[in-house]
Amino acid sequence: MTGQATFRTALLDASQPTPGGLTDGQGRPAGRRYDVYRNNVAVSLAEALETGFPTIAKLIGPGNFRAVAARFLRASPPSSPLMMRYGAGFAEFLETVKPLAHLGYLPDVARLELALRRSFHAADHTQADPAILQDLDDDALMACRMRLAPSVAVLRSAWPVVSIWAFNMRPGSPKPQARPEEAVILRAEFDPEPNVLPMGGADFLEALIRGDSFGSAMAAAGEDFDVGAVLSLLLGHRAITGIDFEDTP
Amino acid sequence: MFDQTPAGLPAAPGVGYKPQHFSDILEDAAPVGWLEIHAENYMGDGGRPLAQLRHLSERFPISVHGVGLSIGGEGPLDPDHLARLKHLVGWLNPASFSEHLAWSTHDSHFLNDLLPLPYTEKALARMADHIDQVQEVLGRQMLLENPSSYLAFAESTMSETDFLREIARRTGCGLLLDVNNVFVSATNLGYSPVGYIDDYPLDVVKEIHLGGHDEDEDDHGAPLLIDSHGRAVVDPVWALLDETLSRTGPRPLLIEWDTDVPDWSTLRAEAKRAQDALSKVTA
Repeated sequence: MTGQATFRTALLDASQPTPGGLTDGQGRPAGRRYDVYRNNVAVSLAEALETGFPTIAKLIGPGNFRAVAARFLRASPPSSPLMMRYGAGFAEFLETVKPLAHLGYLPDVARLELALRRSFHAADHTQADPAILQDLDDDALMACRMRLAPSVAVLRSAWPVVSIWAFNMRPGSPKPQARPEEAVILRAEFDPEPNVLPMGGADFLEALIRGDSFGSAMAAAGEDFDVGAVLSLLLGHRAITGIDFEDTP
Repeated sequence: MFDQTPAGLPAAPGVGYKPQHFSDILEDAAPVGWLEIHAENYMGDGGRPLAQLRHLSERFPISVHGVGLSIGGEGPLDPDHLARLKHLVGWLNPASFSEHLAWSTHDSHFLNDLLPLPYTEKALARMADHIDQVQEVLGRQMLLENPSSYLAFAESTMSETDFLREIARRTGCGLLLDVNNVFVSATNLGYSPVGYIDDYPLDVVKEIHLGGHDEDEDDHGAPLLIDSHGRAVVDPVWALLDETLSRTGPRPLLIEWDTDVPDWSTLRAEAKRAQDALSKVTA
Protein backbone atom coordinates (compact mmCIF):
# COMPACT_ATOMS: atom_id res chain seq x y z
CA MET A 1 0.00 0.00 0.00
CA THR A 2 1.28 3.41 -0.93
CA GLY A 3 -0.86 5.89 0.94
CA GLN A 4 -1.22 9.52 -0.08
CA ALA A 5 0.47 10.68 3.14
CA THR A 6 3.66 8.81 2.18
CA PHE A 7 3.40 9.92 -1.42
CA ARG A 8 2.92 13.55 -0.38
CA THR A 9 5.75 13.64 2.20
CA ALA A 10 8.34 12.36 -0.24
CA LEU A 11 7.12 14.78 -2.92
CA LEU A 12 8.19 17.77 -0.89
CA ASP A 13 11.31 16.22 0.64
CA ALA A 14 13.88 14.98 -1.87
CA SER A 15 15.89 13.39 0.98
CA GLN A 16 13.06 10.88 1.45
CA PRO A 17 13.36 7.67 -0.58
CA THR A 18 10.90 7.02 -3.40
CA PRO A 19 7.81 5.43 -1.80
CA GLY A 20 7.58 1.66 -2.17
CA GLY A 21 4.92 -0.12 -4.18
CA LEU A 22 5.44 2.09 -7.24
CA THR A 23 6.63 0.50 -10.47
CA ASP A 24 7.43 1.33 -14.08
CA GLY A 25 4.52 -0.80 -15.25
CA GLN A 26 6.88 -3.72 -15.95
CA GLY A 27 7.46 -4.65 -12.32
CA ARG A 28 10.66 -2.66 -11.85
CA PRO A 29 10.83 0.06 -9.16
CA ALA A 30 9.55 3.43 -10.36
CA GLY A 31 12.87 5.15 -9.56
CA ARG A 32 13.16 8.54 -11.17
CA ARG A 33 9.66 8.28 -12.63
CA TYR A 34 8.48 9.43 -9.19
CA ASP A 35 10.73 12.48 -9.61
CA VAL A 36 8.46 13.67 -12.43
CA TYR A 37 5.82 14.41 -9.76
CA ARG A 38 8.43 15.95 -7.44
CA ASN A 39 9.54 18.20 -10.27
CA ASN A 40 5.98 19.11 -11.33
CA VAL A 41 5.08 20.15 -7.80
CA ALA A 42 8.25 22.18 -7.20
CA VAL A 43 8.29 23.87 -10.60
CA SER A 44 4.58 24.70 -10.69
CA LEU A 45 4.61 26.21 -7.19
CA ALA A 46 7.82 28.16 -7.84
CA GLU A 47 6.32 29.50 -11.07
CA ALA A 48 3.16 30.50 -9.24
CA LEU A 49 5.26 32.44 -6.73
CA GLU A 50 7.25 34.12 -9.48
CA THR A 51 4.02 35.12 -11.21
CA GLY A 52 2.81 36.61 -7.93
CA PHE A 53 6.07 38.33 -6.96
CA PRO A 54 7.71 39.50 -10.21
CA THR A 55 9.44 42.48 -8.56
CA ILE A 56 11.09 40.26 -5.93
CA ALA A 57 12.27 37.94 -8.73
CA LYS A 58 13.73 40.93 -10.57
CA LEU A 59 15.38 42.37 -7.47
CA ILE A 60 17.19 39.18 -6.44
CA GLY A 61 17.50 37.54 -9.87
CA PRO A 62 15.73 34.42 -11.18
CA GLY A 63 18.30 31.96 -9.82
CA ASN A 64 18.12 33.30 -6.29
CA PHE A 65 14.34 33.52 -6.55
CA ARG A 66 14.06 29.84 -7.47
CA ALA A 67 16.28 28.91 -4.50
CA VAL A 68 14.17 31.00 -2.10
CA ALA A 69 10.93 29.69 -3.64
CA ALA A 70 12.14 26.08 -3.23
CA ARG A 71 12.58 26.66 0.50
CA PHE A 72 9.29 28.54 0.88
CA LEU A 73 7.12 26.02 -0.95
CA ARG A 74 8.46 23.22 1.27
CA ALA A 75 7.91 25.26 4.43
CA SER A 76 4.50 26.57 3.29
CA PRO A 77 2.77 24.48 0.65
CA PRO A 78 -0.51 26.04 -0.50
CA SER A 79 -3.44 25.58 1.86
CA SER A 80 -5.96 26.17 -0.95
CA PRO A 81 -6.30 25.14 -4.61
CA LEU A 82 -6.61 28.84 -5.51
CA MET A 83 -3.11 29.71 -6.69
CA MET A 84 -4.19 33.36 -6.86
CA ARG A 85 -3.95 33.26 -3.05
CA TYR A 86 -0.60 31.47 -2.80
CA GLY A 87 2.25 33.28 -1.07
CA ALA A 88 0.30 35.07 1.68
CA GLY A 89 3.21 34.40 4.07
CA PHE A 90 6.01 35.05 1.58
CA ALA A 91 6.93 38.49 2.97
CA GLU A 92 7.31 37.11 6.50
CA PHE A 93 9.35 34.22 5.11
CA LEU A 94 11.70 36.63 3.33
CA GLU A 95 12.39 38.28 6.70
CA THR A 96 13.94 35.00 7.85
CA VAL A 97 16.21 34.42 4.85
CA LYS A 98 19.62 35.41 6.21
CA PRO A 99 21.48 35.79 2.87
CA LEU A 100 18.86 38.41 1.89
CA ALA A 101 19.05 40.34 5.17
CA HIS A 102 21.04 43.16 3.53
CA LEU A 103 18.03 43.86 1.26
CA GLY A 104 15.85 45.04 4.11
CA TYR A 105 13.14 46.39 1.81
CA LEU A 106 12.34 43.02 0.19
CA PRO A 107 9.60 41.94 2.64
CA ASP A 108 7.75 45.23 2.18
CA VAL A 109 8.04 44.99 -1.62
CA ALA A 110 6.53 41.49 -1.30
CA ARG A 111 3.71 42.91 0.84
CA LEU A 112 3.06 45.50 -1.86
CA GLU A 113 2.96 42.83 -4.59
CA LEU A 114 0.59 40.67 -2.52
CA ALA A 115 -1.67 43.69 -1.95
CA LEU A 116 -1.66 44.45 -5.69
CA ARG A 117 -2.67 40.85 -6.44
CA ARG A 118 -5.48 40.92 -3.87
CA SER A 119 -6.70 44.20 -5.31
CA PHE A 120 -6.66 42.69 -8.82
CA HIS A 121 -9.04 39.92 -7.71
CA ALA A 122 -11.16 42.07 -5.36
CA ALA A 123 -14.87 42.54 -5.99
CA ASP A 124 -15.94 45.08 -8.58
CA HIS A 125 -17.60 48.26 -7.38
CA THR A 126 -19.62 51.23 -8.53
CA GLN A 127 -18.47 54.72 -7.75
CA ALA A 128 -20.66 57.03 -5.68
CA ASP A 129 -21.76 60.18 -7.51
CA PRO A 130 -18.89 62.67 -6.92
CA ALA A 131 -21.41 65.54 -7.09
CA ILE A 132 -22.62 64.54 -3.61
CA LEU A 133 -19.31 65.75 -2.18
CA GLN A 134 -19.49 69.10 -3.92
CA ASP A 135 -22.90 69.83 -2.45
CA LEU A 136 -21.86 69.20 1.16
CA ASP A 137 -21.27 72.01 3.63
CA ASP A 138 -18.29 71.62 5.98
CA ASP A 139 -20.32 70.22 8.88
CA ALA A 140 -21.98 67.59 6.71
CA LEU A 141 -18.63 66.63 5.16
CA MET A 142 -16.98 66.22 8.57
CA ALA A 143 -19.88 64.06 9.80
CA CYS A 144 -20.19 61.76 6.80
CA ARG A 145 -18.68 58.30 6.47
CA MET A 146 -17.11 57.23 3.19
CA ARG A 147 -17.13 53.70 1.95
CA LEU A 148 -14.14 52.73 -0.17
CA ALA A 149 -13.91 50.05 -2.87
CA PRO A 150 -12.90 46.50 -1.81
CA SER A 151 -9.87 46.87 -4.11
CA VAL A 152 -8.43 49.71 -1.97
CA ALA A 153 -5.51 48.78 0.30
CA VAL A 154 -3.21 50.87 2.50
CA LEU A 155 0.46 50.08 3.18
CA ARG A 156 3.13 51.65 5.37
CA SER A 157 6.82 51.04 4.96
CA ALA A 158 10.07 52.31 6.45
CA TRP A 159 11.37 51.97 2.87
CA PRO A 160 10.53 53.78 -0.38
CA VAL A 161 8.50 50.71 -1.30
CA VAL A 162 6.39 52.24 -4.08
CA SER A 163 9.42 53.94 -5.64
CA ILE A 164 11.36 50.66 -5.59
CA TRP A 165 8.43 48.86 -7.19
CA ALA A 166 7.99 51.55 -9.87
CA PHE A 167 11.73 51.74 -10.61
CA ASN A 168 11.71 48.00 -11.38
CA MET A 169 8.31 47.60 -13.01
CA ARG A 170 7.63 50.92 -14.76
CA PRO A 171 10.42 51.91 -17.17
CA GLY A 172 11.44 55.56 -16.87
CA SER A 173 10.54 55.84 -13.18
CA PRO A 174 13.04 57.85 -11.10
CA LYS A 175 15.62 56.20 -8.87
CA PRO A 176 14.18 55.62 -5.36
CA GLN A 177 15.22 58.13 -2.67
CA ALA A 178 15.88 56.81 0.84
CA ARG A 179 12.68 57.66 2.75
CA PRO A 180 9.73 55.91 4.33
CA GLU A 181 6.61 55.67 2.15
CA GLU A 182 2.92 55.23 2.85
CA ALA A 183 0.89 53.99 -0.08
CA VAL A 184 -2.64 53.35 -1.22
CA ILE A 185 -3.46 50.79 -3.89
CA LEU A 186 -6.28 51.93 -6.15
CA ARG A 187 -7.98 50.09 -9.01
CA ALA A 188 -9.97 52.40 -11.26
CA GLU A 189 -11.16 49.53 -13.46
CA PHE A 190 -9.06 46.36 -13.62
CA ASP A 191 -5.43 47.37 -13.09
CA PRO A 192 -4.39 48.18 -9.52
CA GLU A 193 -1.63 50.78 -9.07
CA PRO A 194 0.22 51.85 -5.92
CA ASN A 195 0.18 55.58 -5.14
CA VAL A 196 2.44 57.34 -2.63
CA LEU A 197 0.40 59.13 0.05
CA PRO A 198 1.19 62.48 1.63
CA MET A 199 2.10 62.40 5.34
CA GLY A 200 -0.86 61.30 7.44
CA GLY A 201 -2.57 59.68 4.44
CA ALA A 202 -2.37 56.12 5.77
CA ASP A 203 -3.89 57.19 9.12
CA PHE A 204 -6.63 59.04 7.25
CA LEU A 205 -7.55 56.17 4.92
CA GLU A 206 -7.36 53.49 7.60
CA ALA A 207 -9.77 55.56 9.69
CA LEU A 208 -12.19 55.81 6.73
CA ILE A 209 -11.92 52.06 6.08
CA ARG A 210 -12.64 51.42 9.80
CA GLY A 211 -15.85 53.41 9.38
CA ASP A 212 -14.79 56.56 11.25
CA SER A 213 -16.37 59.84 10.20
CA PHE A 214 -14.53 62.09 7.77
CA GLY A 215 -13.82 64.51 10.64
CA SER A 216 -12.33 61.77 12.82
CA ALA A 217 -10.21 60.58 9.91
CA MET A 218 -8.94 64.15 9.41
CA ALA A 219 -8.06 64.34 13.11
CA ALA A 220 -6.22 61.00 12.87
CA ALA A 221 -4.18 62.33 9.95
CA GLY A 222 -2.90 65.28 12.00
CA GLU A 223 -2.19 68.88 11.12
CA ASP A 224 -0.76 69.84 7.73
CA PHE A 225 -2.44 66.82 6.13
CA ASP A 226 -3.13 67.45 2.43
CA VAL A 227 -6.66 66.08 2.31
CA GLY A 228 -7.24 67.57 -1.14
CA ALA A 229 -4.48 65.45 -2.64
CA VAL A 230 -5.91 62.25 -1.16
CA LEU A 231 -9.49 63.05 -2.19
CA SER A 232 -8.25 63.70 -5.73
CA LEU A 233 -6.55 60.31 -5.76
CA LEU A 234 -9.71 58.58 -4.52
CA LEU A 235 -12.01 60.40 -6.94
CA GLY A 236 -9.57 60.00 -9.86
CA HIS A 237 -9.62 56.22 -9.32
CA ARG A 238 -13.38 56.02 -8.67
CA ALA A 239 -12.55 54.53 -5.26
CA ILE A 240 -15.39 56.06 -3.17
CA THR A 241 -18.35 53.71 -3.39
CA GLY A 242 -20.70 55.34 -0.93
CA ILE A 243 -21.19 58.32 1.39
CA ASP A 244 -23.37 57.70 4.42
CA PHE A 245 -25.07 60.34 6.55
CA GLU A 246 -27.04 58.17 8.98
CA ASP A 247 -25.91 57.99 12.60
CA THR A 248 -24.48 61.49 12.29
CA PRO A 249 -24.36 63.39 15.59
CA MET B 1 -31.16 12.44 -12.85
CA PHE B 2 -29.75 16.00 -12.71
CA ASP B 3 -31.46 19.36 -12.22
CA GLN B 4 -29.53 21.20 -14.89
CA THR B 5 -29.35 19.93 -18.45
CA PRO B 6 -26.94 22.24 -20.26
CA ALA B 7 -26.86 22.15 -24.02
CA GLY B 8 -23.42 20.52 -24.00
CA LEU B 9 -20.36 21.37 -26.04
CA PRO B 10 -20.53 21.41 -29.84
CA ALA B 11 -18.67 18.66 -31.73
CA ALA B 12 -16.17 21.28 -32.86
CA PRO B 13 -12.63 22.32 -31.90
CA GLY B 14 -12.11 24.45 -28.80
CA VAL B 15 -9.02 25.76 -27.05
CA GLY B 16 -7.93 26.31 -23.48
CA TYR B 17 -8.52 30.03 -22.91
CA LYS B 18 -5.53 32.22 -22.06
CA PRO B 19 -6.10 35.87 -21.08
CA GLN B 20 -3.37 37.06 -23.46
CA HIS B 21 -5.56 35.90 -26.37
CA PHE B 22 -8.66 37.85 -25.28
CA SER B 23 -8.50 40.59 -27.96
CA ASP B 24 -7.35 38.22 -30.72
CA ILE B 25 -10.27 35.89 -30.06
CA LEU B 26 -12.81 38.70 -30.14
CA GLU B 27 -11.31 40.18 -33.32
CA ASP B 28 -11.16 36.80 -35.08
CA ALA B 29 -14.07 36.50 -37.50
CA ALA B 30 -14.04 32.69 -37.31
CA PRO B 31 -12.29 31.73 -34.09
CA VAL B 32 -13.09 28.39 -32.42
CA GLY B 33 -16.28 26.58 -31.48
CA TRP B 34 -15.87 26.87 -27.72
CA LEU B 35 -13.46 27.70 -24.89
CA GLU B 36 -12.31 25.84 -21.82
CA ILE B 37 -11.27 27.59 -18.60
CA HIS B 38 -9.59 26.28 -15.48
CA ALA B 39 -12.18 26.71 -12.73
CA GLU B 40 -9.70 27.81 -10.07
CA ASN B 41 -8.56 30.86 -12.07
CA TYR B 42 -12.09 32.29 -11.93
CA MET B 43 -12.80 32.00 -8.23
CA GLY B 44 -11.73 35.50 -7.24
CA ASP B 45 -14.29 38.09 -6.17
CA GLY B 46 -14.09 40.29 -9.27
CA GLY B 47 -11.72 42.13 -11.58
CA ARG B 48 -10.58 41.43 -15.12
CA PRO B 49 -10.68 37.58 -15.07
CA LEU B 50 -14.40 37.47 -14.27
CA ALA B 51 -15.19 40.41 -16.58
CA GLN B 52 -13.46 38.63 -19.47
CA LEU B 53 -15.23 35.37 -18.69
CA ARG B 54 -18.65 37.06 -18.62
CA HIS B 55 -17.86 38.66 -21.96
CA LEU B 56 -16.63 35.44 -23.58
CA SER B 57 -19.55 33.43 -22.25
CA GLU B 58 -21.94 35.63 -24.23
CA ARG B 59 -20.29 34.49 -27.43
CA PHE B 60 -18.85 31.01 -26.79
CA PRO B 61 -19.99 27.83 -25.09
CA ILE B 62 -17.70 27.48 -22.06
CA SER B 63 -16.33 24.30 -20.53
CA VAL B 64 -15.28 24.59 -16.88
CA HIS B 65 -12.33 22.29 -16.23
CA GLY B 66 -11.40 21.87 -12.57
CA VAL B 67 -7.84 21.16 -11.50
CA GLY B 68 -8.13 21.50 -7.73
CA LEU B 69 -11.00 19.37 -6.43
CA SER B 70 -8.81 16.36 -5.62
CA ILE B 71 -11.58 13.90 -6.38
CA GLY B 72 -9.17 10.98 -6.00
CA GLY B 73 -8.05 12.14 -2.55
CA GLU B 74 -8.17 9.78 0.45
CA GLY B 75 -9.76 12.51 2.54
CA PRO B 76 -13.17 14.15 2.11
CA LEU B 77 -13.71 16.79 -0.58
CA ASP B 78 -13.01 20.36 0.56
CA PRO B 79 -16.48 21.81 1.25
CA ASP B 80 -15.24 25.39 0.70
CA HIS B 81 -13.89 24.49 -2.70
CA LEU B 82 -17.04 22.63 -3.62
CA ALA B 83 -19.05 25.71 -2.64
CA ARG B 84 -16.84 27.94 -4.82
CA LEU B 85 -17.36 25.55 -7.71
CA LYS B 86 -21.12 25.55 -7.18
CA HIS B 87 -21.09 29.34 -7.27
CA LEU B 88 -19.07 29.47 -10.52
CA VAL B 89 -21.12 26.80 -12.26
CA GLY B 90 -24.28 28.45 -10.94
CA TRP B 91 -23.77 31.90 -12.45
CA LEU B 92 -21.90 30.80 -15.60
CA ASN B 93 -24.09 27.79 -16.43
CA PRO B 94 -21.30 26.33 -18.58
CA ALA B 95 -21.85 23.78 -21.32
CA SER B 96 -19.73 21.25 -19.42
CA PHE B 97 -17.91 20.63 -16.15
CA SER B 98 -14.99 18.22 -15.95
CA GLU B 99 -12.35 17.12 -13.44
CA HIS B 100 -9.55 14.57 -13.17
CA LEU B 101 -8.95 11.00 -12.10
CA ALA B 102 -6.29 12.26 -9.68
CA TRP B 103 -5.67 13.79 -6.28
CA SER B 104 -3.89 17.03 -5.43
CA THR B 105 -4.72 17.79 -1.79
CA HIS B 106 -3.75 15.86 1.32
CA ASP B 107 -4.25 17.11 4.89
CA SER B 108 -5.32 20.47 3.41
CA HIS B 109 -1.99 20.88 1.61
CA PHE B 110 -2.59 21.55 -2.06
CA LEU B 111 0.26 20.30 -4.26
CA ASN B 112 -0.74 21.90 -7.59
CA ASP B 113 -0.23 18.69 -9.58
CA LEU B 114 -2.47 15.83 -10.68
CA LEU B 115 -1.22 12.90 -8.61
CA PRO B 116 -1.88 9.21 -9.32
CA LEU B 117 -3.88 6.62 -7.39
CA PRO B 118 -3.98 2.85 -7.39
CA TYR B 119 -6.80 1.14 -9.25
CA THR B 120 -8.37 -0.83 -6.42
CA GLU B 121 -11.93 -1.48 -5.23
CA LYS B 122 -11.31 0.81 -2.26
CA ALA B 123 -10.11 3.71 -4.43
CA LEU B 124 -13.00 3.10 -6.82
CA ALA B 125 -15.62 3.25 -4.06
CA ARG B 126 -14.13 6.44 -2.62
CA MET B 127 -13.86 8.11 -6.01
CA ALA B 128 -17.44 7.17 -6.91
CA ASP B 129 -18.67 8.63 -3.60
CA HIS B 130 -16.82 11.88 -4.34
CA ILE B 131 -18.26 12.10 -7.85
CA ASP B 132 -21.76 11.43 -6.51
CA GLN B 133 -21.21 14.32 -4.10
CA VAL B 134 -19.94 16.69 -6.83
CA GLN B 135 -22.83 15.88 -9.16
CA GLU B 136 -25.32 16.31 -6.34
CA VAL B 137 -23.90 19.68 -5.27
CA LEU B 138 -23.58 20.99 -8.84
CA GLY B 139 -26.90 19.50 -9.91
CA ARG B 140 -25.42 18.24 -13.15
CA GLN B 141 -23.38 15.49 -14.73
CA MET B 142 -19.61 15.89 -14.64
CA LEU B 143 -16.97 14.44 -16.94
CA LEU B 144 -13.91 12.61 -15.58
CA GLU B 145 -10.56 12.76 -17.39
CA ASN B 146 -8.01 9.93 -17.66
CA PRO B 147 -4.57 10.85 -16.29
CA SER B 148 -1.06 10.96 -17.71
CA SER B 149 0.86 8.26 -15.83
CA TYR B 150 4.58 8.09 -15.12
CA LEU B 151 4.39 5.08 -12.84
CA ALA B 152 2.05 2.28 -11.77
CA PHE B 153 0.94 0.98 -8.35
CA ALA B 154 1.84 -2.59 -7.47
CA GLU B 155 -1.40 -2.83 -5.49
CA SER B 156 -3.67 -2.06 -8.48
CA THR B 157 -6.15 -4.85 -9.16
CA MET B 158 -7.81 -3.56 -12.32
CA SER B 159 -6.92 -1.68 -15.48
CA GLU B 160 -7.45 2.05 -15.82
CA THR B 161 -10.13 1.50 -18.46
CA ASP B 162 -12.03 -0.93 -16.20
CA PHE B 163 -11.71 1.57 -13.35
CA LEU B 164 -13.15 4.39 -15.49
CA ARG B 165 -15.92 2.21 -16.93
CA GLU B 166 -17.05 1.16 -13.46
CA ILE B 167 -16.95 4.74 -12.13
CA ALA B 168 -19.08 5.93 -15.04
CA ARG B 169 -21.50 3.04 -14.49
CA ARG B 170 -21.86 3.67 -10.75
CA THR B 171 -22.11 7.47 -10.85
CA GLY B 172 -23.60 8.27 -14.25
CA CYS B 173 -20.70 10.64 -14.94
CA GLY B 174 -19.43 11.10 -18.48
CA LEU B 175 -15.80 10.72 -19.53
CA LEU B 176 -13.32 13.15 -20.97
CA LEU B 177 -10.84 11.17 -23.05
CA ASP B 178 -7.43 12.82 -23.30
CA VAL B 179 -5.72 11.04 -26.19
CA ASN B 180 -2.38 12.70 -25.45
CA ASN B 181 -2.60 11.30 -21.93
CA VAL B 182 -3.35 7.88 -23.42
CA PHE B 183 -0.26 8.14 -25.64
CA VAL B 184 1.92 9.38 -22.77
CA SER B 185 0.73 6.70 -20.31
CA ALA B 186 0.91 3.89 -22.87
CA THR B 187 4.47 4.85 -23.83
CA ASN B 188 5.55 5.26 -20.21
CA LEU B 189 4.00 2.04 -18.91
CA GLY B 190 4.62 -0.09 -21.99
CA TYR B 191 1.18 -0.88 -23.38
CA SER B 192 -0.53 -0.21 -26.70
CA PRO B 193 -2.41 3.10 -26.99
CA VAL B 194 -4.79 1.61 -29.55
CA GLY B 195 -5.33 -1.34 -27.20
CA TYR B 196 -6.30 1.18 -24.50
CA ILE B 197 -8.83 2.78 -26.86
CA ASP B 198 -10.12 -0.75 -27.66
CA ASP B 199 -10.83 -1.27 -23.96
CA TYR B 200 -12.14 2.23 -23.23
CA PRO B 201 -15.88 2.84 -22.67
CA LEU B 202 -16.17 5.15 -25.69
CA ASP B 203 -19.96 5.29 -25.47
CA VAL B 204 -19.77 7.74 -22.55
CA VAL B 205 -17.05 10.03 -24.01
CA LYS B 206 -18.40 13.57 -24.19
CA GLU B 207 -15.16 15.46 -24.86
CA ILE B 208 -11.66 14.72 -26.17
CA HIS B 209 -8.46 16.54 -25.14
CA LEU B 210 -5.28 16.98 -27.19
CA GLY B 211 -2.01 18.50 -26.03
CA GLY B 212 1.74 18.46 -26.43
CA HIS B 213 4.25 16.53 -24.32
CA ASP B 214 8.00 16.54 -23.63
CA GLU B 215 10.35 13.58 -24.00
CA ASP B 216 12.68 12.23 -21.30
CA GLU B 217 14.08 8.84 -20.23
CA ASP B 218 13.71 6.70 -17.12
CA ASP B 219 16.54 5.00 -15.14
CA HIS B 220 16.79 2.25 -17.76
CA GLY B 221 16.87 4.51 -20.80
CA ALA B 222 13.23 3.75 -21.62
CA PRO B 223 11.23 6.68 -23.03
CA LEU B 224 9.48 8.75 -20.38
CA LEU B 225 7.01 11.25 -21.82
CA ILE B 226 6.01 14.27 -19.73
CA ASP B 227 2.53 15.77 -20.17
CA SER B 228 3.71 19.40 -20.33
CA HIS B 229 1.05 21.08 -22.51
CA GLY B 230 3.89 23.26 -23.75
CA ARG B 231 4.10 22.49 -27.46
CA ALA B 232 2.20 21.31 -30.55
CA VAL B 233 0.39 17.96 -30.62
CA VAL B 234 2.65 15.28 -32.17
CA ASP B 235 1.68 13.21 -35.22
CA PRO B 236 1.19 9.87 -33.37
CA VAL B 237 -1.36 11.61 -31.11
CA TRP B 238 -3.20 13.03 -34.13
CA ALA B 239 -3.23 9.48 -35.52
CA LEU B 240 -4.64 8.18 -32.23
CA LEU B 241 -7.31 10.90 -32.44
CA ASP B 242 -8.28 9.73 -35.94
CA GLU B 243 -8.50 6.17 -34.67
CA THR B 244 -10.69 7.29 -31.76
CA LEU B 245 -12.98 9.50 -33.82
CA SER B 246 -13.50 6.70 -36.34
CA ARG B 247 -15.16 4.79 -33.50
CA THR B 248 -16.93 7.58 -31.58
CA GLY B 249 -17.97 9.86 -34.42
CA PRO B 250 -17.55 13.64 -33.99
CA ARG B 251 -16.90 14.86 -30.44
CA PRO B 252 -15.95 18.23 -28.91
CA LEU B 253 -12.13 18.45 -29.28
CA LEU B 254 -9.90 20.64 -27.11
CA ILE B 255 -6.36 21.87 -27.73
CA GLU B 256 -4.56 22.36 -24.39
CA TRP B 257 -1.49 24.62 -24.45
CA ASP B 258 -0.74 25.85 -20.92
CA THR B 259 3.01 26.57 -20.78
CA ASP B 260 5.12 28.52 -23.29
CA VAL B 261 1.74 29.68 -24.59
CA PRO B 262 2.04 30.57 -28.31
CA ASP B 263 0.42 33.44 -30.18
CA TRP B 264 -3.21 33.12 -31.19
CA SER B 265 -2.51 32.20 -34.81
CA THR B 266 -0.37 29.20 -33.76
CA LEU B 267 -3.02 27.98 -31.34
CA ARG B 268 -5.72 28.49 -33.95
CA ALA B 269 -3.70 26.48 -36.48
CA GLU B 270 -3.79 23.56 -34.01
CA ALA B 271 -7.56 24.00 -33.68
CA LYS B 272 -7.81 23.99 -37.48
CA ARG B 273 -6.00 20.66 -37.55
CA ALA B 274 -8.55 19.35 -35.06
CA GLN B 275 -11.30 20.62 -37.36
CA ASP B 276 -9.72 18.68 -40.24
CA ALA B 277 -9.77 15.53 -38.10
CA LEU B 278 -13.47 16.07 -37.35
CA SER B 279 -14.22 16.65 -41.05
CA LYS B 280 -12.96 13.15 -41.84
CA VAL B 281 -15.61 11.46 -39.72
CA THR B 282 -19.36 11.48 -39.96
CA ALA B 283 -21.82 11.49 -37.15
